[in-house]
Amino acid sequence: MTLFRTADLVRIYPELLLTGFGILVMILDPFLPKERKTLLGWLALVGVLAAGGSAVRTSLAGGLAFGGSVAADGFSVYFIYIFLLVAGLTLLGSMAYLERDHIPHGEFYALVLLGTVGMCFMAASTELIMIFIGLEISSISTYILAGFKRRDRFSNEASFKYFLLGSFATAFFLYGIAFVYGLTGTTNLMTLSQYMARGAHWSALARVAMILMFVGLAFKLSTVPFQIWTPDVYQGAPAPVTAFLSVGPKAAAFAVLIRIFLGGFGSGGSISFWVIWLSAVLTMCLGNLAAIWQSNVKRLLAYSSIAHAGYVLVGVAAGGVEGTAAVLYYLTAYALMNVGAFILIAYLAGPGERWTNVDDYTGLAYERPGVAACLTVILLSLAGIPTTAGFLGKFYIFRAAIHSNLIALTIVGVLNSVVSVYYYFRIIIAMYMREGKSQAAQVTLPWPVKAALAISVFGIFYLGILPNWFVGLARVGASPLP
Amino acid sequence: MIPLSHVLTLSVILFVIGAAGFVLRRNIITVFMCIELMLNAANLAFIAFSRYLGTLDGQLFVFFVIVVAAAEAAVGLAIIIALYRNRETLNIEDLDSMKL
Repeated sequence: MTLFRTADLVRIYPELLLTGFGILVMILDPFLPKERKTLLGWLALVGVLAAGGSAVRTSLAGGLAFGGSVAADGFSVYFIYIFLLVAGLTLLGSMAYLERDHIPHGEFYALVLLGTVGMCFMAASTELIMIFIGLEISSISTYILAGFKRRDRFSNEASFKYFLLGSFATAFFLYGIAFVYGLTGTTNLMTLSQYMARGAHWSALARVAMILMFVGLAFKLSTVPFQIWTPDVYQGAPAPVTAFLSVGPKAAAFAVLIRIFLGGFGSGGSISFWVIWLSAVLTMCLGNLAAIWQSNVKRLLAYSSIAHAGYVLVGVAAGGVEGTAAVLYYLTAYALMNVGAFILIAYLAGPGERWTNVDDYTGLAYERPGVAACLTVILLSLAGIPTTAGFLGKFYIFRAAIHSNLIALTIVGVLNSVVSVYYYFRIIIAMYMREGKSQAAQVTLPWPVKAALAISVFGIFYLGILPNWFVGLARVGASPLP
Repeated sequence: MIPLSHVLTLSVILFVIGAAGFVLRRNIITVFMCIELMLNAANLAFIAFSRYLGTLDGQLFVFFVIVVAAAEAAVGLAIIIALYRNRETLNIEDLDSMKL
């Protein structure tokens, strides 16, 4: 083991800054009077922006750090920006929410920052144990966040289920790592890929290890059959937290999946390909079919997010630079639309999240045309209608799949996205085509929330109409895989 | 010296007991203990491999895992206490207020 150098620290600048600000928020928390706690939210936001700035510096000083356990390459920097985007939007969207529902905040913002640190490390690590620690940092923070409404039974239950199934999954992941270590004598993904390239050891045990690790990640990705916790957790957790954990940990788990299964295990042999293939088909179908029957909007979007994980898995199955770039692009689009949707729902639901049914939105467009238009744009993007980010995301994924000769998978995916249009339009129809008095229309949207929504709507159109810049970035991010 | 296969078999048995207990047991605390059992099965495997390969990495990982497991236990027990205060139950089957 070499001693660490300053160059190493530069390569984890964003994580360092986020940790620093997270600790600072926690230290300042007791010194601020109750009604000034929102200041901590702004401080956390400054931390996110500072980390965003420092990530530029990190990308200029690319390379390996800490004895090859962390990589600052295009891939990790791209993911760090996705996580920072998610964290920033969540912070903007949660400050007024926490005040409204009288939830003690302060540590909320610290947990968002620290959870983001964990995700950044998941994306940046090239060492299985480091990935495991990143996974746990992000998981433990999000377990607490999910149960942040301490006196609310739904929030309790959400937190508990998330914790139990999350740690169950982690145990599988860890056990997989143990076997990889035993078989190859290394947990470094680069050494591992060299080892696998020699094809020396494709024993049954190696396959078991690979499947164990996939199971562990599949829980975080909420792919079928490991999705059972998703609807309950997304429904029970406070909506801004749902926004955070429906994108952050999922995107981080995809980063790990790509690093391990396309990087570490090399082409991985056919078994990992077929596991991903099957998982993609089941996830898309079940997510979309179950979403049709939901009446609760949060639950509906939970199933929709399961379906979206299925589309992303198609991109992972396609593999290569094109598939990976498509995944990166899709996750950016997904972050913009899902965070926007859940933040908007958080406020439309009113104090204590009372109005979360599709019927509660009846006639919303007549009283609040702007809000309804925002939600419509987000839903259209989730459905994958042209000129939105969601459409191009799906387009790039399916194009990569066709280029890799995954015709059947593409057909299933396209059919599924047709089905998904139905349930997204149910909400739009409720808002525009049905008469009624929507209680959700009375709520006020504070300006930080409007800013967050503006960012997400602008992002959806920008990515949907002028995708070139982001496609270029995604390709850069996808190329130097370990 | 105990051969590697013996230790690994024990580790697999512990892991399977943990996983089975997780699925079958109804008491929250027991389920939680089953997760700890699974983590420790992994620890045992790490140590066995470490000894077998003659490298110290595996033993090092165990320390990380112990720390992480402790953090997880702290948070998990806090969540269970919050849950118990609201529900007054430790039976998993009572936690289904969000079904369709």
